[in-house]
Amino acid sequence: MTSFSRRQWAPGAVGLLLAAFLVVFLVVPVVKVIFVAFQDPNTGAVTLINFVDFFNTSLFRDSFVNSLYVAGTSVIVASVIALPLAYFTTRFNFGGAVLIQTLGIIPLIMPPFVGAVAMQLLLGPNGSVNLLLDEWFGINIPFMEGLNGVVLVESVHYFPFILINLSAALNNIDQAMEESAQNLGSSGLRLFRRIVFPLAMPGYVAGASLVFLKVFDDLGTPLLLNINTMLAPQAYLRISSIGISDPMGYVISVILVAFSLFSLWVSLLTLRGKDYATVQKGGGGLRKRDLRPWEKAGCYAVVVLILLLVLSPHIGLMLLSFGTVWSYSVLPDAYTVDHYLRVFGTASQYITNTLLYAGLAGLADVILGTAIAYIVWRTGLAGRKWLDYVGMGAVAIPGVVLGIGYLRTFYDFQVPVIDKPLASWWVIIVVALAVRRLPYALRACVAALQQVSEMLEEAAENLGATKARTVWRITVPLMSGGILAGFVTSFATASVELSATIMLVSAESDAPLAYGIYEFMQSASGRGPGAALGIIAVVIVGIGTYVSHRVIERGRRERAPDVALAAGV
Amino acid sequence: MSQTQSAAQRATQSTDVTIENLSLSFGTTEVLKGIDLTIGRGEFFTFLGPSGSGKSTLLRAIAGFGPRPSGRILIGGEEVTRLPPWKRNLGMVFQSYALWPHMTVRRNVAFGLEERKLPREEIRRRVEAALELVGLLDLAERRPSQLSGGQQQRVALARTIVVEPRVLLLDEPLSNLDANLRVQMRREILDLQRKLSLTTIFVTHDQEEANTTSDRIAVLNDGVLQQVGSPVELYDRPANLFVAGFLGTANVLEGRVEAQAGRPLFRTADGIEVPLIEGPDGPCSIVFRPQNLVIVAEGGEPAGGAGAVKLSGVVRHREFLGSIIRYAVEVAGNVILVDDSHQRGQVTLDAGEPADLFFNPDEVVALAG
Repeated sequence: MTSFSRRQWAPGAVGLLLAAFLVVFLVVPVVKVIFVAFQDPNTGAVTLINFVDFFNTSLFRDSFVNSLYVAGTSVIVASVIALPLAYFTTRFNFGGAVLIQTLGIIPLIMPPFVGAVAMQLLLGPNGSVNLLLDEWFGINIPFMEGLNGVVLVESVHYFPFILINLSAALNNIDQAMEESAQNLGSSGLRLFRRIVFPLAMPGYVAGASLVFLKVFDDLGTPLLLNINTMLAPQAYLRISSIGISDPMGYVISVILVAFSLFSLWVSLLTLRGKDYATVQKGGGGLRKRDLRPWEKAGCYAVVVLILLLVLSPHIGLMLLSFGTVWSYSVLPDAYTVDHYLRVFGTASQYITNTLLYAGLAGLADVILGTAIAYIVWRTGLAGRKWLDYVGMGAVAIPGVVLGIGYLRTFYDFQVPVIDKPLASWWVIIVVALAVRRLPYALRACVAALQQVSEMLEEAAENLGATKARTVWRITVPLMSGGILAGFVTSFATASVELSATIMLVSAESDAPLAYGIYEFMQSASGRGPGAALGIIAVVIVGIGTYVSHRVIERGRRERAPDVALAAGV
Repeated sequence: MSQTQSAAQRATQSTDVTIENLSLSFGTTEVLKGIDLTIGRGEFFTFLGPSGSGKSTLLRAIAGFGPRPSGRILIGGEEVTRLPPWKRNLGMVFQSYALWPHMTVRRNVAFGLEERKLPREEIRRRVEAALELVGLLDLAERRPSQLSGGQQQRVALARTIVVEPRVLLLDEPLSNLDANLRVQMRREILDLQRKLSLTTIFVTHDQEEANTTSDRIAVLNDGVLQQVGSPVELYDRPANLFVAGFLGTANVLEGRVEAQAGRPLFRTADGIEVPLIEGPDGPCSIVFRPQNLVIVAEGGEPAGGAGAVKLSGVVRHREFLGSIIRYAVEVAGNVILVDDSHQRGQVTLDAGEPADLFFNPDEVVALAG
């Protein structure tokens, strides 16, 4: 609602600060990267020569094709995993629904690259499964061979995006939609094709395009599986081995950004105007039917199989972290806690750094998110929507690209007092994490703010509280659940992010967990401690998620739903 | 004891409200068009109108919410038009109560006093006095979600009056309550207002609510002030067709007034003639209420005294409403509603039966245009 312009200087100042932050740490680095990609390295003139060079080099052509292939195949494999799960929970009265819901979160609390090595030990050519298969049937399945490994690891990690979106879409279809189709003479496959499928499609496409984007941009997984002929690893390798003046890293960055934008655009396109929420009052989801015993057995078998696959990185990592030697055997030879002792003894800075960086980044994100949400939804500042757009835009910027942009932009900037380039100061890692995770926190904060009825704020102003006092005493406390959720999401994902961090870590002592895991996993002897670090990361993220869940639930119970409703008029 | 003291204090604080030429737009949509009003000290004043009439917008403008209006708002002679809401000291009760769900009842009520930086001891004393006043002292530690609708309403009232506002603003405060509670709460609000002699502005779309509580009512439609007056004045002497139709049920006939034998005579195009006591010349509408007509079967005993007007028509339909029977009678192409008070065993007329209607010309209001 329009407010009095005289009273807008305070939000105006905050808005300018936010805009400055986003411009300096998001817009400028990205624009710089794009600019360099189109610049002749020798003359500085604007040119397409770098792109021509890129496509004339067979290594890059292969990398490009491989990245497309891996992203596309991962979408298919992730769909194959997610579809039956979504179908079981939404169409049948199925006791395993809770199991499947849990399945939907477990993979997300571990970064894909952490599980990559563990999956190699379980599913690789000499891994546990193939050893057993060889012993029993004399066969060997190349689960992890070359690009297959990347596809498998990524699919197992990212299928929840499809599962969550598709289940939500299916649950939003009202029974009456199905019944009226039956009433008009449609049934079976025809009904599915003409009613259920079109209504669920937007949810599926949204999830699938997210998977495509994530896989296409991922750096850690291919690096750990030693697959270098993909775009993100090539960008990283060019910059880290040849230097930040090599144009190929920038060309790859532009391609990565272009494909990210493209998949976001596809998901927006399918969702636009098709945000079907057809559930009427009292309705809810398609009609569910009971399963016959043999059907139930089949469902459970499928779910357990998927569960095993999904948990394989966790199981493998756990075994690896407690195992002594694990090579050419189904299970480790013996068990020990030495890896953990070593990690706590010599590598504890990884843990403290991570807690510090991810904590600061999460904090920065919710402060930025709350401020942007408030300015966009509660003030009449000109151009306020742009804060939201730009903040959300970070979603389309792969970590590698942001890392390259920071190196390019801030290497010449000496931080006063400590006398060091900003690009190699640990604070830049925090900034990168904050910018990368801002979209999640921002959405959480916006959703939280939209839950707060403006009337609750007006009531405070009416009783003598200024705008600032109202924000402090009413708006922020009422948003606290959402803010906390935003913090945990940012914290949890930031604590295991690798792609931007790996480019910005300049000293071992400044490195976070993800980097430490990567370092350890490089050598066979480091795998044990690396796995122990991975387990610690999973525990940190898991505890964070659980605590926030509890806090949010408690807050929800304290306020009754009916008041929230009444206040939300 | 202290309670009566502070009530007396409030009475002296209570003040008048003047609105001068107030206009307000949302973007290009004009929602208030040149409102002029004066509300007296201690008055229970109601803004009445259909939804979209601008009544809530007007109340919110007085409280300082929404786009800045043009024109002036004066509270006790002080111009507040440019003051932010928190500097106006006007207590508003919101339609959905707007109780803060993260605070207990006590903390909700204490909020305004805390913002005024009063000593802790005084806050405690006044919060308890206010909760006592609305009878909720024993629920002070509850959360709003643990209260019934009526109790929430009382907390909202206590939270507002505890800061001793200059004016009490009530934005459809009863609309979220069920019918029985609504009647009880409007009684309680009125008692409270009388006890504190607090100038009160009440917004409602419910004419019964307005009639039963208000000293005076301002009827709004389309952002324009239609008429201001006591409930009886508005009912008996509506200034225009909108007011006539919005307050109660009215029969309206359109036609012209011509002088005949020195007396004004109203005549419709269909030939219905009604002699008037007084009336404007030219195009005109006449308004009369269903309960002021007497219906008899055709050729029955004339009713309504010597000067009564007689109209003849045919019963179209009949509704039994409990205390009355409402007939719709077609007279020369116009449908006229007639209320007949219901007695047990009474003979009724059926649809299709011819009937005579009688009414007194002095019950008729003539409106030019």
